[in-house]
Amino acid sequence: MFNSQNKFVRYALQAINYAVFIAIVGYFSTSPSYRQLADDEAIITISISHAGELKELCQRRSQEELMALPPNMRAPMECSRERSPVIIEVLLDGQPMYSHKAEAPGLYNDSGIDIYHTLKVSAGSHHLALKMDDSVLKEGFTHHFSQDVEIAPAEILLIGFESGRGFVIR
Amino acid sequence: MKRAYLALESWFNISFGTHWNPMYHLGTLTFFLFWIILVTGLYLFGFFHGSIDGAYDSVEYITHDQWYAAGVMRSLHRYASDAAIITILLHLFKELASGRYHGARWFSWVSGLPTLWLVVTLGITGYWLVWDELGQYVAIGSARLLDSLPIFSGSMASNFLQGQMTDRFFILIEFLHLLGQPLILFFLLWLHVKRLSNVNINPPRGLAIGCFLALLALSFIKPAVSHAPANLSSMPTVLELDWFYLNAYPLMDYWSEGKTWLLATAITVILMLLPLLPTKKAVPAAVVDLAHCNGCELCFDDCPFEAISVQARTDGRKFEKEVVVDPSLCASCGICMGSCPSSNPFRQSNEELKTGIDMPSLPVDKVRTLTEQAVTSMTGSANVLLIGCEHGFNVKQLDNNETGSVKLICSGMIPPSLIEYALKKGADGVMIVGCRHNDCFYRFGNLWIDKRFSGERKPILRSRADRRRIKVFGGAETDKKLIEKELEVFRHELLAITEQTDLPEQAEIKESPDV
Repeated sequence: MFNSQNKFVRYALQAINYAVFIAIVGYFSTSPSYRQLADDEAIITISISHAGELKELCQRRSQEELMALPPNMRAPMECSRERSPVIIEVLLDGQPMYSHKAEAPGLYNDSGIDIYHTLKVSAGSHHLALKMDDSVLKEGFTHHFSQDVEIAPAEILLIGFESGRGFVIR
Repeated sequence: MKRAYLALESWFNISFGTHWNPMYHLGTLTFFLFWIILVTGLYLFGFFHGSIDGAYDSVEYITHDQWYAAGVMRSLHRYASDAAIITILLHLFKELASGRYHGARWFSWVSGLPTLWLVVTLGITGYWLVWDELGQYVAIGSARLLDSLPIFSGSMASNFLQGQMTDRFFILIEFLHLLGQPLILFFLLWLHVKRLSNVNINPPRGLAIGCFLALLALSFIKPAVSHAPANLSSMPTVLELDWFYLNAYPLMDYWSEGKTWLLATAITVILMLLPLLPTKKAVPAAVVDLAHCNGCELCFDDCPFEAISVQARTDGRKFEKEVVVDPSLCASCGICMGSCPSSNPFRQSNEELKTGIDMPSLPVDKVRTLTEQAVTSMTGSANVLLIGCEHGFNVKQLDNNETGSVKLICSGMIPPSLIEYALKKGADGVMIVGCRHNDCFYRFGNLWIDKRFSGERKPILRSRADRRRIKVFGGAETDKKLIEKELEVFRHELLAITEQTDLPEQAEIKESPDV
């Protein structure tokens, strides 16, 4: 069907097609490059796992209430399982950067919350202030933290929370 | 969209020919690329260390210390994976542009979409395993995507904080990439082609060699390399992303996890619902007439969509078997009618022609009548009957006093005896213009025609039929000029034959030197 000259043209066209094909594969396998952070930017990561305080205080049952219950359920204290939502606020150099209210998950809103959030900030010295409210029974924020921090370019400054210690910066 | 596809297909036909045209082998090329990925992946596995501390160093060894073998394997592994995304997307585009997603094809269409997504996730876990800055970016981004779904408790992303990452999680991803995802992919691929018959998973050898050599050349020109090792205490600033697999991550940075999911879900759902869109007309499925069926199974062999099955005879006739059509699988192409020996138009010449398996929308008797009408309507000196199909070039456009036409559902619907019939009724030549060669809308129409005419597949075109008066030429709706040119050439050939027949002495003289 094709003479030798046509065959040569055809193979040449095929070579061009293959060249275009590998050019596309080779280029898009690494390019264009993606910049996710400017040279003078850094990251603050907030990663907190914490259970809010119980929403209600435990109540001592009266004698009448106890007697109304089946014998095997006559616990002297009645405690609600529902936990308070946890409110977090992050301020950098006095400016609010992040505010989040996490409702306690679970069927009875009785589980701990997980917050994971990243903030892009400029590298350098900053004053970091953190607040947490984890109890509806107390007025205002229940945990406070503030500290001057130095963040290097591209560094990830990690904010955590540990029961008993409060906010932790790593 | 269809014209864009046909233009692309034409370009590749010029450079590769119809046999090697990659647009006709996108599925098999993808299978071939999967083989490359599998073989190179197995080789790489031999040198890979599946732990947070060991992964990066082992990949560096693969890339640099053993660049001539494992390094090339790594590059081939990556580039074959990238190429697979191109072939899959082109495959999807082709099927979409040519309307090959509804009717009996809905199952292959719908099962193809999750296959594409699985291939993407397979690539994602592959990048994860290198555990360089790109792996870190992909791992955290994937965790953020999963965290945004309301199905997981806790935060997966918090696993990738400094000091939190464990080998257990890493090994889970390794297991997924090396075994879990490939096995699911294998299953989905089986599902994808399950409703097709005569499935071929190998591309033509020349095309496979060309593709492999091209990827090998790329592996030497631009070897795949890693970023700096992952460091969970800092964020990679500039990344050389593989846009074939990782394009969702920058989108997620720019938008949000939720919007990225929404976009991906919307595209998937819209594509999956396409088969439900109303088509031009619903063509009824093929119908078996046991009174004219001897259970020869030719239609069963030829059906491209496994819509025909064979069972024991139920009507008490002397034959052993009969065929049954499953209407839900039938694409109503009529290829079965063309393969039935009872579809011989010389039979029952004075009564309605009945055959063993027929198309209610265009029964064989009507095909015979249309052929007769087209042949008798021509008054030229070299009358050509064009037989076309619904998905290729519209042959009706070329009707004139020396060109008559019959438009069938598929060219595979032509019983070879119909060609003899047309010639006997007065046509000087018959030209079959189905879909482009190797690109039959119903998969095998033009292939079966070629094989029937060359005697390789029953029912064959008998040797008494003058081959010089028969021409097969595939053409799409955009190939009018090309078909007109071929028709003219054919007509001249027919005139020459006629002249030879009218002047037997001259013909003898012309042939004498060979004697």
